[in-house]
Amino acid sequence: MIILRLSWLSLWNRRGTVLLTALGIAVSVMLLAGVNKIRTDMRTGFANTISDADLIVGARSGPVNLLLYSVFRLGDATANVSWSTYRKVAAHPQVAWTIPLALGDSHRGYRVLGTSEDYFAHYRYAGDRPLVLGQGRIFQGLSEAVLGAEVAEALGYKPGQSITLSHGVGEGSFNEHAAHPVIVTGILKRTGTPADRTVHVSLQTLEALHDAAGADLTPESLTAFIVGLRDRTATFQIQRDINEYRGEALLAILPGVALQQLWEVAGVAESALLVVAAFVVFAGLLGLLTALLTSLNERRREMAILRSVGARPQQVFALLMSEAALIGLIGAVLGLAALHGGLALAAGWLEARFGVYLLGNGLTAFELITGCAVVFAALFVGAIPGWRAYRHTLADGLTLRV
Amino acid sequence: MTAELTPAIQLQQLRYAWPQQPSLLDITALTVQRGERVFLHGPSGSGKSTLLGLLGGVLQAASGSVSVLGQNFTALSAAQRDHYRAAHIGFIFQQFNLLPYLPVIDNVLLPLRFSAERRLRVGTDERALVVEARRLLAELGLSAAIQQQSSVMALSHGQQQRVAAARALIGRPGLLIADEPTSALDADAREAFLQLLMNECRAAGTTLVFVSHDRSLGALFDRQLSLQELNAVNA
Ligand SMILES: Nc1ncnc2c1ncn2[C@@H]1O[C@H](COP(=O)(O)OP(=O)(O)O)[C@@H](O)[C@H]1O
Ligand SMILES: [Mg+2]
Repeated sequence: MIILRLSWLSLWNRRGTVLLTALGIAVSVMLLAGVNKIRTDMRTGFANTISDADLIVGARSGPVNLLLYSVFRLGDATANVSWSTYRKVAAHPQVAWTIPLALGDSHRGYRVLGTSEDYFAHYRYAGDRPLVLGQGRIFQGLSEAVLGAEVAEALGYKPGQSITLSHGVGEGSFNEHAAHPVIVTGILKRTGTPADRTVHVSLQTLEALHDAAGADLTPESLTAFIVGLRDRTATFQIQRDINEYRGEALLAILPGVALQQLWEVAGVAESALLVVAAFVVFAGLLGLLTALLTSLNERRREMAILRSVGARPQQVFALLMSEAALIGLIGAVLGLAALHGGLALAAGWLEARFGVYLLGNGLTAFELITGCAVVFAALFVGAIPGWRAYRHTLADGLTLRV
Repeated sequence: MTAELTPAIQLQQLRYAWPQQPSLLDITALTVQRGERVFLHGPSGSGKSTLLGLLGGVLQAASGSVSVLGQNFTALSAAQRDHYRAAHIGFIFQQFNLLPYLPVIDNVLLPLRFSAERRLRVGTDERALVVEARRLLAELGLSAAIQQQSSVMALSHGQQQRVAAARALIGRPGLLIADEPTSALDADAREAFLQLLMNECRAAGTTLVFVSHDRSLGALFDRQLSLQELNAVNA
């Protein structure tokens, strides 16, 4: 169609300003789609991190807080659970299995998790997937470690590698356990959960590091533990029992419920971000409108030429509409391309910093809809200069007074 | 065909005024025969371009009738007039005739994109259209190098006017309307351009209405008309 071809060539002729206008739209689309992508991936990622666990138990704090530090390794526990209490819960007839979690050490920025073989036996993620070893075997004796896939890959470790753990977390932790190196025995396959970024050792290994003099390697306390029940229907009963336990101030949470609470908190911020991003899209479209309107006057000559060769005023109108839609399309495509390029680059950082695991890098429905909406909105915006050009051509005839 | 017997242009009791302006044109009668080459002159602001807009069907007369090549414009809708113009009328203006973003050849082919009827008069496939565009450009004295130009902005003003002439002539429209096409050319170029245009019109049997405020060119035409004498408003 001639009008589409003309609008494309005319845009190409003005590509400098057109590109700037399209970039304005691209940035806005990138922002909107990016906020949504991170939002949904974070939700799915978090929801996929722990499955099949009935309760998480820790020292009494907030449910969201407990969930974040125990499962997502975000933040730190304020208090611990004593070993004896843990044993008591684990011995409860309704309890099928438990996974102890002892956090607080690190290796070159990666968290160290003290746990037991039950972690590998019972931990489930993304539905009902178990942890699977990619290489080697799980830890058995003292001073052995199983690495998450990301740790091994980033640091280039293989089974047999000797590593030292540091007390505390964060990049600047002191290497206080240099005297007790641990040997890597196995490396887990990638899971897309915080396990990828974790160094797993036995509770006894941790105890030996911290209390080298003691012969008894039974830990004194845990950060938290995960509980699996024989009978799901007993969940609330057990939760109440734990929360009301007099020996120690405990908190038992249902992971799903705590996650729901987390989203309620996060939802407000997410909505705010989405609204801001939507307004940025609006600003991008205003930029498009301005660019088209300001170019209109110097293009009256062009319109008169088109009229003289037989273009109808409606075609002049369509010309401006299609120019606007094309700029919108270029902006949307650029924005989505930049978003996906950027996410591919930032994936590691997002994982490390925020525990957000990006789920694939394909176009999501939301992005497609956003892209289409932007093109349609641009089409609408184009109607304004289109209408003015239409009026011009009728008023000018062929006698353009320059 | 009876259509061949009708005049190229027939105006009767034509009146026109721009919105919110006093009456500009009031022409009792004007007839131009087919194939005639007419020179229309008048001082600037006298309404020459406005009259050409009426002849091209871009403007609509307030009253009276305008017939071009046997077609009465008063009976047509605006869209039909646009369609008719695309098929049957070629235009050349004083300057800035070309779309800056189209290569030379595409500028010439432009009217064919808006009228299938006019396109079919040239040929059915794209190659034939380009061949015809090149033929016209060559006859108007534009070298192959200039024909290949991807940017019309690189052409001199005289060359641009020739490209515009080729565009107006392509598809053999029955009427060619030239609105001061030589006014921005120097004297030598003016003469040469006019000769080429006349030759092409003669060869194709095209009726030419040529407007200028410069009466010195008039002698080359079949007939000279003074708008002021035609127009009852000034009288
Ligand atoms: N598009 C227009 N809108 C309003 N008035 C116009 C327009 N074009 C021309 N006029 C008016 O019509 C009159 C004749 O103009 P024009 O036909 O361009 O004369 P010429 O071509 O003889 O110089 C002028 O007074 C001019 O102001
Ligand atoms: Mg004029």
